[in-house]
Amino acid sequence: MTSLYHNVISGGILIGVIYALIALGLTIIFGVMRLVNFAHGEMVVIGMYAGYALWSATGLPPWTLAPVAALLLFAMGYLLQKAIINAFIDRPQHAQFILFIALALIITGLHLLFFGPDPRPIQIAESMQSYAIGSIRLDVVRTQAALMAIGLIGLLMLFLKYSTLGASIRAAADNLIGAQVIGIRVRRVYAVTAGIGMACAGAAGALIAPLFDAQPFLATDFTLIAFIIVIVGGLGSLMGALVGGVMIGVAEALAALTVSPALKTVFSYALLVLVLLLRPNGIFGEPERS
Amino acid sequence: MRPPALSRWPALAFFAAMAAAGPLMDSFWQSLLTLVFFYAYMGLSWNLMMSAGLLSLGHALFLGVGAYATAVLIAAAGLDPWLSLAAGAFLAAMVGSALTWLGARFSVRGVHFALLTIAFAELFRVLFDNWELVGGTGGFFLKAINPETNRPLATLRGGTLFFYLAFLSATAGAYFIIGRLMASRWGYRWRGLHADEDAARALGVPALQSKVLVVAISAGLAGVGGGLFGLMQGSLFPDSVMGVRVSIDILIAPIIGGLGSLFGPIIGAFFVVPLMEFSNVLAQRIGFFGLNTLINGMLILAVITFLPDGLWPRLIALARFRSSARCSK
Amino acid sequence: MLKVSGLSKRFRGLVAVKDVSFDIKRNEIVALIGPNGAGKTTCFNLIAGALKPSSGSVFLDGEDITGRAPERIAVRGLVRTFQIVRPMRGMTVLENVMMGAFAQTSDVAVAADIAAKAISRIGLSAKANDLASSLTLPDLKMLELARALAASPRVLLLDEVMAGLRPAERERIASIVRELHAGGMTVLLIEHVMRVVMALAGRVIVLHHGEKLAEGTPAEIGANPKVIESYLGTKTKLA
Repeated sequence: MTSLYHNVISGGILIGVIYALIALGLTIIFGVMRLVNFAHGEMVVIGMYAGYALWSATGLPPWTLAPVAALLLFAMGYLLQKAIINAFIDRPQHAQFILFIALALIITGLHLLFFGPDPRPIQIAESMQSYAIGSIRLDVVRTQAALMAIGLIGLLMLFLKYSTLGASIRAAADNLIGAQVIGIRVRRVYAVTAGIGMACAGAAGALIAPLFDAQPFLATDFTLIAFIIVIVGGLGSLMGALVGGVMIGVAEALAALTVSPALKTVFSYALLVLVLLLRPNGIFGEPERS
Repeated sequence: MRPPALSRWPALAFFAAMAAAGPLMDSFWQSLLTLVFFYAYMGLSWNLMMSAGLLSLGHALFLGVGAYATAVLIAAAGLDPWLSLAAGAFLAAMVGSALTWLGARFSVRGVHFALLTIAFAELFRVLFDNWELVGGTGGFFLKAINPETNRPLATLRGGTLFFYLAFLSATAGAYFIIGRLMASRWGYRWRGLHADEDAARALGVPALQSKVLVVAISAGLAGVGGGLFGLMQGSLFPDSVMGVRVSIDILIAPIIGGLGSLFGPIIGAFFVVPLMEFSNVLAQRIGFFGLNTLINGMLILAVITFLPDGLWPRLIALARFRSSARCSK
Repeated sequence: MLKVSGLSKRFRGLVAVKDVSFDIKRNEIVALIGPNGAGKTTCFNLIAGALKPSSGSVFLDGEDITGRAPERIAVRGLVRTFQIVRPMRGMTVLENVMMGAFAQTSDVAVAADIAAKAISRIGLSAKANDLASSLTLPDLKMLELARALAASPRVLLLDEVMAGLRPAERERIASIVRELHAGGMTVLLIEHVMRVVMALAGRVIVLHHGEKLAEGTPAEIGANPKVIESYLGTKTKLA
């Protein structure tokens, strides 16, 4: 019986790492620009379709295609930010919200037009295989995806910590006016940030494509999961997105096993409500309210 | 909300004209305009909360609670339809009050409050999905009415004309009730809290009380809308009355119409609903699934980018400009 | 009238206000002074309910108002203004001042009347129907004051109301404060503009690093070596 739990928990950790990558993108966008990207799930789905399309065309395993999806979505995010979103930075919250809703609708509409509403499965040789480590069996596809996700997250962390642009981003997140005073070109930082945020979503989408069949209406679920993780972990906290992602991945897996698959989302939402009420800055945020 | 640009008599005339036109329209127009007034009414309810600065991204919660409560009380408990509708509104108001009380008690503000509304709505939706009493994901169904023997005002169900007039009256009622509220001390207090909560409280505005009140009224109104909606549809599913999609649909019309004004949500509905229905039909005719979603998204993007205050203020400004140009000749 | 005892506020390691006690009697004008960062506005926030004290108590006319919500303190008659003006931008001057008037009445017409009177008292009647967002800083400060007055306070807490104003405007506010005082109002004001402080205040309380440093008449405080050092000491560090 315990080995069942071990398998479920390890599976949860693996998917949690990919969730963490999604949440990372969301939290970076919020941390730097204070924008709530309600179209984040749609970005993930773009990644899924990109992964699916590239796999159909080249036959390469999806986890290798994640960097390609990341680059694609980086460009998209950068351009989107420069062309449209930057203008909304100073506008009221409801206007920003509607902007992202509009973008979400446009993206979903395009997906439906190009790919249709039917799910697009990716079936590869590894889909049915698993690694055995001790008594634990790990899904091959999940493991590969999780490892690639860890690699990408590591790259991102290195970039933020050691590059000049990364330093500018962290500066802008910390203190926007200060950053402007010392001459950081904020609009460009925003564009790069949006690019990175959406690249995370896109890469995660490509990684997830073999696990969940690509279809347009998954987007809302991804957006909501990303929000739960980011709030629980702390808006703007990278550590929070990582830990939160794995936590939620494991929690959902356990809930599906012990309670019921349908009610696993109840657990996540209840957790979200509790965190919003009691510790809105999340686990890794400051305890004091600002 | 600014004081209404459309003073009482023109508004009354508008509603009266729409009522008179009802029986003269064919059922296609009646159905379309029923949907318009449904979204106008829900938009007015949503807009009320927004006037106090409370962004509700889960407004479908109140709609759904009202819809289910009304339907279940009528069908399963055999309660009088009017009482059921009132009970639905009351329950929705209670849910809204609880949500707001929790939010105020724990100082949940800004984006966190908006997320709280989503979280609550989704929580309830999933709970309803798994609640046998209301049919879960399988849905809750009202018995079909017999058109011969049905008395609409007793059963609160009827044909297209009945629901057209029902939602029209609801919209008119909400318009005038909210108008009076905004002109009262409460209206000022809500606007003050929206503008600067700390400054308002420092002047004696009771934050918790004011917020709970505005949401209770907003949610109660939404509950009535939900009750009527459920009666109109005849069948309820958690996703179709409480889902995220519904919450988003509710707030599109008031934001596009203009949320700083009383008539904005109504104008917004008149603009948005026919356009969305039209694009849906177009997409199906041409066979391009998804074209309507794309068009809707682009439309909303265009309005929010070029008309930040919405359609209604722009229309008023145009009208004033034209009339002043005429006067100066 | 206003009795503050052992008031303290800790913020996760930083002690902003430490064991501050003072007693403001009815119909006094008292000035709260001290170098920047001394904790003066924090004291106001603690008294007016914007912050909860870590310890200590605040009594208004014998009633314990420690840690109460700001709106409940405001309706008991203690009204404060903000150091950085907080106008309600989408609303007109009249509507802004009506917010204060609603503390006295629930009738909109009566509130408008009270507000109009407060506005004319501070001299902004010409702009009563202008949007608050269109006002200049001096007018915004006047608005802040009129709003507080419309709430009919017994104790008025003014936070650096003179900052950023020209001498003529300062004199106008000073004369309004004197009028209020003559009418029985109790005033506690935070000020940096020393001339105003010394001329208006009957008593002065000095804060430094969150603690009460000294208390006395303006003359006594002006001659107090510790007070002088607290101001000059800061300047020396900067130099």
